[in-house]
Amino acid sequence: MSYARPKFRHPQLPKNELGYTQDYYEGSISTLCAGCGHDSISAAIVQACFENNIEPHRVAKMSGIGCSSKTPAYFLSHSHGFNSVHGRMPSVATGANMANKGLVYLGVSGDGDTASIGMGQFVHAVRRNLNMVYIVMNNGCYGLTKGQDSATADKGSKNKAGNVNDFESINLASLALELGATFVAQSFSGDKTQLVPLIKAAMKHNGFAFLNVISPCVTFNNNVGSTKSYDFVREHQEATSTFDLVPHKTEITTKYDEGTTKSVVMHDGSLIQLHKLEEKWDPQNKLSAMTALENAKNKGEILTGLIYINEQSEDLHALLNTSDTPLNKLTQDVLCPGTEKLKEINKTLR
Amino acid sequence: MEPTNIKDPEYFHKVVDCQYACPAHTPVPEYIRLIAEQKYTEAYMVNWESNVFPGILGRTCDRPCEPACRRGRVEKEPVAICRLKRVAADNKDDVKHLMPKIPTTKNGKKIAMVGAGPASLTVARDLAPQGYELHLYDEQKAGGGFMRSQIPSFRLPETVLDEEVNYILDMGVVSTFNTRVNSLAELLTKGYDAIFVGSGAPRGRDLDLPGRQEAKANIHIGIDWLASVAFEHITKIGKKVIVLGGGNTAMDCCRTARRLGGDHVKVLVRSPFAEMKASPWEKEDAAHEDIPIIDNHVPKAFIVENGKLKGMTFDRVKPVRDENGKRSLVSTGEPEVFVEADDVLIAVGQENSFPWIERNIGIEFDKWDMPVVDPTTFQSTNPKVFFGGDAAFGPKNVITAVAHGHYAAVSIDLMCRGEDITKRPSPYTNLVSTKMGVHEWSYDNQVTTDIRYKVPHAEKKMTLKDRKHEVELGFDVATGFKEAERCLNCDVQTVFTESKCIECDACVDICPTSCITFTMNEDSENDLRKHLKAPATNKSQDLYVSKTLPTARVMVKDEDVCLHCGLCAERCPTAAWDMQKYIYNTTKASKVW
Ligand SMILES: Cc1cc2nc3c(=O)[nH]c(=O)nc-3n(C[C@H](O)[C@H](O)[C@H](O)COP(=O)(O)OP(=O)(O)OC[C@H]3O[C@@H](n4cnc5c(N)ncnc54)[C@H](O)[C@@H]3O)c2cc1C
Ligand SMILES: Cc1ncc(C[n+]2csc(CCOP(=O)(O)OP(=O)(O)O)c2C)c(N)n1
Ligand code: SF4
Ligand code: SF4
Ligand code: SF4
Ligand SMILES: [Mg+2]
Repeated sequence: MSYARPKFRHPQLPKNELGYTQDYYEGSISTLCAGCGHDSISAAIVQACFENNIEPHRVAKMSGIGCSSKTPAYFLSHSHGFNSVHGRMPSVATGANMANKGLVYLGVSGDGDTASIGMGQFVHAVRRNLNMVYIVMNNGCYGLTKGQDSATADKGSKNKAGNVNDFESINLASLALELGATFVAQSFSGDKTQLVPLIKAAMKHNGFAFLNVISPCVTFNNNVGSTKSYDFVREHQEATSTFDLVPHKTEITTKYDEGTTKSVVMHDGSLIQLHKLEEKWDPQNKLSAMTALENAKNKGEILTGLIYINEQSEDLHALLNTSDTPLNKLTQDVLCPGTEKLKEINKTLR
Repeated sequence: MEPTNIKDPEYFHKVVDCQYACPAHTPVPEYIRLIAEQKYTEAYMVNWESNVFPGILGRTCDRPCEPACRRGRVEKEPVAICRLKRVAADNKDDVKHLMPKIPTTKNGKKIAMVGAGPASLTVARDLAPQGYELHLYDEQKAGGGFMRSQIPSFRLPETVLDEEVNYILDMGVVSTFNTRVNSLAELLTKGYDAIFVGSGAPRGRDLDLPGRQEAKANIHIGIDWLASVAFEHITKIGKKVIVLGGGNTAMDCCRTARRLGGDHVKVLVRSPFAEMKASPWEKEDAAHEDIPIIDNHVPKAFIVENGKLKGMTFDRVKPVRDENGKRSLVSTGEPEVFVEADDVLIAVGQENSFPWIERNIGIEFDKWDMPVVDPTTFQSTNPKVFFGGDAAFGPKNVITAVAHGHYAAVSIDLMCRGEDITKRPSPYTNLVSTKMGVHEWSYDNQVTTDIRYKVPHAEKKMTLKDRKHEVELGFDVATGFKEAERCLNCDVQTVFTESKCIECDACVDICPTSCITFTMNEDSENDLRKHLKAPATNKSQDLYVSKTLPTARVMVKDEDVCLHCGLCAERCPTAAWDMQKYIYNTTKASKVW
């Protein structure tokens, strides 16, 4: 009998540019239900950070409360982390982010944590274009408290007890777009070939990168009639495009037909190469992205892939002209310049 | 690739690397688990059924299982499989009452066995419970063959040997010792239903160099000399001894010489040290007893003065490889080296010789003067005569002789029942779930990171004084337990049921050694290997491929470095993975345990 993960790893694991093997990005063993989609997303985060050559100590994992919000314990053991109060991750993340712009902020939340109790916080992080990755592990229910319908449960979706949800659902991707998010994507926990490059691109984005990932709850919301079950999502997933993230200075090897391909140069010089599957959609055009989302919803489909990107995005730091030096590195006299300085400022406000 | 046929008894057998590599296919993980449970008697009997000589082999086996052991692929060293066998033998209770009952009324069939080595003894053990009348002949004064005459007592105490040889002789075997069979033709007239030739490879190679004749009083053929020591015809040797050769016989010769008065014993070998035939641990043991091994030296002549051996001269060589990688030893051109010696032991190889087998009795011999023997039935071209052990295909080792004995016994039994000996009964197999509850299995699935434990040795100053003083002390019970825990339970198989899988990736994510991948299929195995999550370069290990899943992908598991930790099965929400214990027992003439 056990609940420990053996220490041995594959002896020929490849190393990334920093000389780490992927296991350096792992966390402790998950205590979520066997088969939970959240665990797959954790694994995708591990892979994305490994492939992006990120130094784990440069990542801050931020979360709220929920099964999803527990997952930062299951990846990136060598990173910083803050497990906040239910729904309050955005404010804690904002504070941390403002104090130190040098870290990669990786927020992990649930549909309950974001779309119910944390809604008031979430919307402001989006509209401020806080430079962070915000992943919602969306299972359509409150997993941790035994599966009550959440605000993202689709109207008409049936829960485990057989009850049908009568309320309109909140479409988080549309909402984020509406509020001015500069990177919006949707994916599915069971599709790592799509999810991993999306997380990698989100981490490279300068501004608020929102990822709504459908993540089936095997225990409370994987029943027939649920629109967040493995089977349902597989049958109704409609990808906008196939997706390559080509790191800066790498030769481009994949060739797509002219006309269906779109390239977007990211902030750091790396390139997103999209092979479009959805014809009328343009990821750099917000209106077209909104239409694509609405169309998918009307057809009962789940649109996945990159939905919208504004690579010119200016984040909150740029808007507020904040200090490049982290606050904890500033000396007392710089942080608190004294009474004279205060008087000077006050004078300009009179 | 086509989906894997796990119904093929060899598929999961191959996953149990040690058992698959063991010539007698001993169910290694099964006995290691029994040791961990302190069930030494049961562990002994599991061994005894397969390899007949657990106490002997637990000290002397060539252990082909260990280089094959999976543990050696995930960390530095394999499980000490061989020495764990000894733990079972050392700590067992009386086992006599567990041995098969021998019928008092015989079945009317009479079998002769020539040579009382491990091959013949195995044939006897497998046939006795069926009521065969068994006649055993050996020219030595007691049973055991080379295990008695060659393997020195400081590696294999006589008490251990006697105990395990006697378990078999006590099954009503009629043994005739001190009797050499001088004519197989004559033996064939004595009304035997079958004759098993287990006469070994008894001739040591000589070196016909200048001075060989003049100095013959102080030059000895290694295996003859070891036999004379074993039977106490020889009790002393000169102070300075040269041992020629680089195999295990050379190692036994030099270590024995150290105990008979050789203060300056040197091994001189033609090949480079790394390419010597001796097992690494035998070389280590020789070095520990202050015996230098001087490599790249080719013997030239025995130097004799006044009719007495003075030493030997050697040519220094270096290995050179041609474009096909074939090695030759080329003289370095340096002057010859002289090495002083009072005695020389020649241990440069061993040969078969069958002067007592007439060539007109229907037994065909090939161009190397070896009998033509079927590798599955061990029958010669005379249907009544079977060969096994070193006599069949040249010198190997005890466990190979045992394996041959099992095969030959099956053939003899089939023949005596009037059945076709080429229709081999299939092995006994069984696959059964080990699931006991949530996170609970009937085997200990935790994987320890302990590194291999060393077997303690007796003090050198004691062991060099007495050639019968056993050098290795064996693991104590506590260390034996810890070493047993290193075994990965490779017989507990990961069994996949496509119809249950919901493709959630949980198993892929949890597997510590990245064994599992869900991917599009490919026609060729090589192409499929390229899609796997971690490099899959060890082609000697199979890929376990499922039928096509609803997403049009297949599940592919690379068996190579699976830890059999069961986490895939613990994580699977639908029990599409299960950990199932696989039992594989080779066919034997009798069920003995
Ligand atoms: C020095 C040395 C050390 C070894 N150490 C090891 C070891 O540590 N581990 C290991 O696994 N293997 C070891 N071996 C090899 C191993 O001993 C043999 O491979 C094994 O014993 C072969 O078994 P067998 O049954 O074929 O015959 P053997 O054990 O060779 O027995 C054959 C018997 O037949 C008898 N015989 C031969 N001809 C006749 C005849 N015409 N009439 C009557 N009797 C006859 C012989 O006297 C002998 O007793 C060693 C070999 C040598 C030489
Ligand atoms: C302030 C507060 N209110 C309520 C709760 C109870 N609670 C814990 S988790 C949770 C819902 C979590 O849902 P979600 O964010 O979707 O996470 P999931 O478990 O589904 O991944 C609730 C309501 C709480 N912990 N704190
Ligand atoms: S780990 Fe155990 S079962 Fe696996 S090959 Fe080694 S000894 Fe055999
Ligand atoms: S038993 Fe399963 S989880 Fe463990 S190493 Fe093997 S395939 Fe991986
Ligand atoms: S955990 Fe089970 S259901 Fe999930 S992918 Fe693996 S085998 Fe399939
Ligand atoms: Mg939820």
